[in-house]
Amino acid sequence: MSGNGDGGLVRARGLAKRFGDFAAVRGIDLDVRPGEAFGFLGPNGAGKSSTMRMVACVSPRTEGDLTVLGMDPLTQGPRIRARLGVVPQQDNLDTELTVRENLYVYGRYFGLSKSVVRAKATELMEFAQLADRADDQVEPLSGGMKRRLTIARSLINDPDLLLLDEPTTGLDPQARHLLWDRLFRLKQQGVTLIVTTHYMDEAEQLCDRLVVMDGGRIVAEGSPGELISRYSTREVLELRFTPGDQDPAAVEGLAERVEVLPDRLLLYTADGEATLAAAHARGVTPLSSLVRRSTLEDVFLHLTGRTLVD
Amino acid sequence: MTTTDPTGTNTRTAARVPGTVRAAWLVVEGRWIWYRRNWRSSVFSTVLQPVLFLVALGLGLGSQVRPGAATDGLPYLQYLAPALLASSALQTGSGESTYPILSAFKWQRTYHGITATPISATQVLAGQLLWIALRVGFSAAAFLVIAAPLGALPGPGVLLSLVFAVLTAMAFVAPMVAYSATIETEVQQFSVVMRFIVMPMTIFAGTFFPVAQLPVWVHPLVWLTPLWHGTELCRDAAIGALELLPALGHLAYLVALVAAGVHLGRRTFVRRLEI
Repeated sequence: MSGNGDGGLVRARGLAKRFGDFAAVRGIDLDVRPGEAFGFLGPNGAGKSSTMRMVACVSPRTEGDLTVLGMDPLTQGPRIRARLGVVPQQDNLDTELTVRENLYVYGRYFGLSKSVVRAKATELMEFAQLADRADDQVEPLSGGMKRRLTIARSLINDPDLLLLDEPTTGLDPQARHLLWDRLFRLKQQGVTLIVTTHYMDEAEQLCDRLVVMDGGRIVAEGSPGELISRYSTREVLELRFTPGDQDPAAVEGLAERVEVLPDRLLLYTADGEATLAAAHARGVTPLSSLVRRSTLEDVFLHLTGRTLVD
Repeated sequence: MTTTDPTGTNTRTAARVPGTVRAAWLVVEGRWIWYRRNWRSSVFSTVLQPVLFLVALGLGLGSQVRPGAATDGLPYLQYLAPALLASSALQTGSGESTYPILSAFKWQRTYHGITATPISATQVLAGQLLWIALRVGFSAAAFLVIAAPLGALPGPGVLLSLVFAVLTAMAFVAPMVAYSATIETEVQQFSVVMRFIVMPMTIFAGTFFPVAQLPVWVHPLVWLTPLWHGTELCRDAAIGALELLPALGHLAYLVALVAAGVHLGRRTFVRRLEI
């Protein structure tokens, strides 16, 4: 069995990373359990990728404790990496090689024999729906195909832990759903996944548990459902107005929290329909209204703000 | 070990951590898989071009050159061939240590891919340098095979020249790889290096005519170039005229350049891949 005494595949205490004067990660605690899909959510610059690189043993930590698969990345980096699969934010395939050659060459870096890598490459091309492009060069493949190949490549060593840094950024909806399907299948096989994303639907779809990072710190932690019930209300009432016409004072006291957007008021409330009736009773007349369930996106924006980060 | 078999089939893998030599060799293997399909595209610049120089200058122009003290008593063709071996090795190596390195860091990011496996940044550098050395060696050997029937080779000593030619190339390659690894944004650096360092070096470092023909104030500049030392070694080895002390001096200089390049390159590779 992999992992250390308490069964955590990744365990961090006070983990920090600084680049010169810039603190990318400012002391975080993490426990990732075997078999779970664990997510890092956060705006750009929150410290997700820096954390992932430390876990991937390609970036030494500045401070704190970190064990991955029960070992210390500072001293056992290569041994840990032998059991990791890594899907980086930017594909780093060798685009002058074919699909098959990419898998073959990569597998060899893990010290696998030629025959094992050949067989494994064939399996993974099936898995990633790339078998009919096996002997094509990678360069002209679509973004979705390259991403699938990157994921297939990360599985060449049968990793115990798969690290995915924004796996579906830049893909069209079809490609994203196909990728999610593959990731579900991996999860069912018992592979532990760590995913960073800034897509809330992706986090809700994939993650059993997640942390929200902001400014190098963890600002919330839990399952998607827990986070929604803790940081948001059950429902959200959206009242739409001609931009500039909305008056937050008119709905004061009707909801737990009101958020003012240029063309809308968001009323965070347990019962959207009842709140809407109350608003109508006060004579509030929006152009249109919508009652919806709270989503992770509401939690995220509440926790990390609506200001553009970069 | 946890058993994970994502594809639902039965191929079990047993990943392990390759030792440094093996790790470097695996990097070479990766490049070889590319090369064995793509070698044709580089054959012109690495093998045919030096042969054309040999024919045009060695046979053509050389027919007008009388063997004498300036040519070590050799026909010009034979005077030229061992030096051209060193010079073309260096040119082949210089091409391999510019854009391919920048690309592996910046455009394709293949180095980042490799260092996510058990292989470390230092091992990637070792593999890359070993690959360039092998590639320079192949090209130089092919040049010799073509030059032999033209009567361009003075004697069996050219086999030793081959070794010296690879060393000469690496004395330029190792520092050049270290420099290329520092480049984050390509502007004009590589063409500056080619125009103002590699080109003048191949013309004036003793390949085509003795350095003694140059003004005295230029000599120290020539002595700084790895190619001059390599040319002296390759030519003397080819005609069996190596003298111990000068040869050791040339070797020491070339080895020092390789060592400096490896040292600097290692620092940069680690800085960029393991930060």
